[in-house]
Amino acid sequence: MKRLVPAVAVLLFLSSSAYVGAGPRFITVASTTSTYNSGLFGYLHPVFTRETGIGVRVVAKGTGASLRLAKECNADVLVVHAKAREEAFVAGGYGVKRFDLMYNDFVIVGPPNDPAGVKGLKSASDAFKKIAALQATFASREDNSGTNIKELAIWKRAGIKPRGGWYKSLGQSMGATLRVAGEMSSYTLTDRGTWLAFKEKMGKRLRLAILTEGDPVLFNQYGIIEVNPEKCPHVKRDLAQTYVEWMLSKKTQRLIGTYRKFGEVLFHPSAR
Amino acid sequence: METIVQGLKQGLLLILSADPGLFFIVALSLKVSLSAVAIAAFLGIPFGAFLAFSRFPARGLLVTILDTLMGLPPVVVGLVVYLVLSRSGPLGDLGLLFTDRAMIIAQTVLSFPIVCALSLAAVQGADPRAFREALSLGATRYQAVWVVVREARLGIAGAVLAGLGRVVAEVGAVMMVGGNIAGATRVMTTAIVLETSMGNFEQAIGLGMVLIFIALGLNLALSMIKGGRAHRAEGGV
Repeated sequence: MKRLVPAVAVLLFLSSSAYVGAGPRFITVASTTSTYNSGLFGYLHPVFTRETGIGVRVVAKGTGASLRLAKECNADVLVVHAKAREEAFVAGGYGVKRFDLMYNDFVIVGPPNDPAGVKGLKSASDAFKKIAALQATFASREDNSGTNIKELAIWKRAGIKPRGGWYKSLGQSMGATLRVAGEMSSYTLTDRGTWLAFKEKMGKRLRLAILTEGDPVLFNQYGIIEVNPEKCPHVKRDLAQTYVEWMLSKKTQRLIGTYRKFGEVLFHPSAR
Repeated sequence: METIVQGLKQGLLLILSADPGLFFIVALSLKVSLSAVAIAAFLGIPFGAFLAFSRFPARGLLVTILDTLMGLPPVVVGLVVYLVLSRSGPLGDLGLLFTDRAMIIAQTVLSFPIVCALSLAAVQGADPRAFREALSLGATRYQAVWVVVREARLGIAGAVLAGLGRVVAEVGAVMMVGGNIAGATRVMTTAIVLETSMGNFEQAIGLGMVLIFIALGLNLALSMIKGGRAHRAEGGV
């Protein structure tokens, strides 16, 4: 016991140092799981911290949870993808201004043998109709994320209320949903960024393939919003502004465009 | 099967290579859990001893509540601590949400009932003759209580280790109030959840192995304490 005390003390001392972005100069970014799970933030943020000395702490939740979190003043900046909700957020006075940051697209993935026969369809809602008609397993994020909001919009377009044992509501992140979908031979909707990052890591173990893509409804726009300091006095205004400006700068936008997997761009820069 | 073998191999390599990322996560986990249990012990042992020696009307109810709280689901504790520490919550001005301190608070709430209730049981289980003997030898009541608490110290140490075992393996509460932020609030359990969801099974298995080693160490310590006690009871040392 007597020897344990100094050992614990040394451990506590060691662990209290060496924080990433632990100094007073850091911001909290609430973001979607896709920007995080795809590895984009891991690619961009070390550069930002090196150039500005500001640490970035990312809380990766779905778009719905991130918006809620920011409304309650628990974040400085938002990076999410559900434009209508983002605009409502700014209109409600919670955000300073919304900027387009980047885009990619959603794709419908599923078992490579494609039992519902959706491969090559041009319309996402037609694909959903076929999946529902066959009652082929479909994995839903069901977490109020941007991807989940898009998925529900497509079901609505298809005129279907997805219900039943074939429709699996997971309530998990994009990465986890892809993994579960692969295990259950399910169809699911994913953003291309997370898909490519996942495919690189999992390889054949993923057991999924892109089946439907290219429908304009599958366009996926990401926005960046600084949380309004007038509503949330704790917001680190200067640091948050620096971050937003840095993300929208020509140089960073080019950097976003260089983040590739299998030679494919995961997120296309779209700041104006 | 290939994934499991690969994972185990790479996980072991990760541990042996003393990967700084892994080290940070393990160190933070221990820091959070040890701090939480230290606070829980500081508050819980005296309170448990107090309950063991006192008789008042609501005592039975208090003990029942304490026993119930021992099984408190971590996610519920996480939710409550989240709401309290959120910027829009009553303690929002402190800015503690998504920090390691928030995780320490949540784990303190989780481990306090265990440390307290098991200390109470340990003190109650101590030889009652010690108390009477101390009094007859001229000790004051407080001194006599102290004698019994000392007598129960092995059971109390077991209570503290049980509290540590509960929080070090807990994921729900720290995920909610810490936010699983890399380099700031990412601990072993939340990292395992994340790495698994991202498909990095090797990293997840490596962390899982460290967690199991820690649990093993805790249980070894616990059984050593128990063994020591049995030895004493048999008239040893």
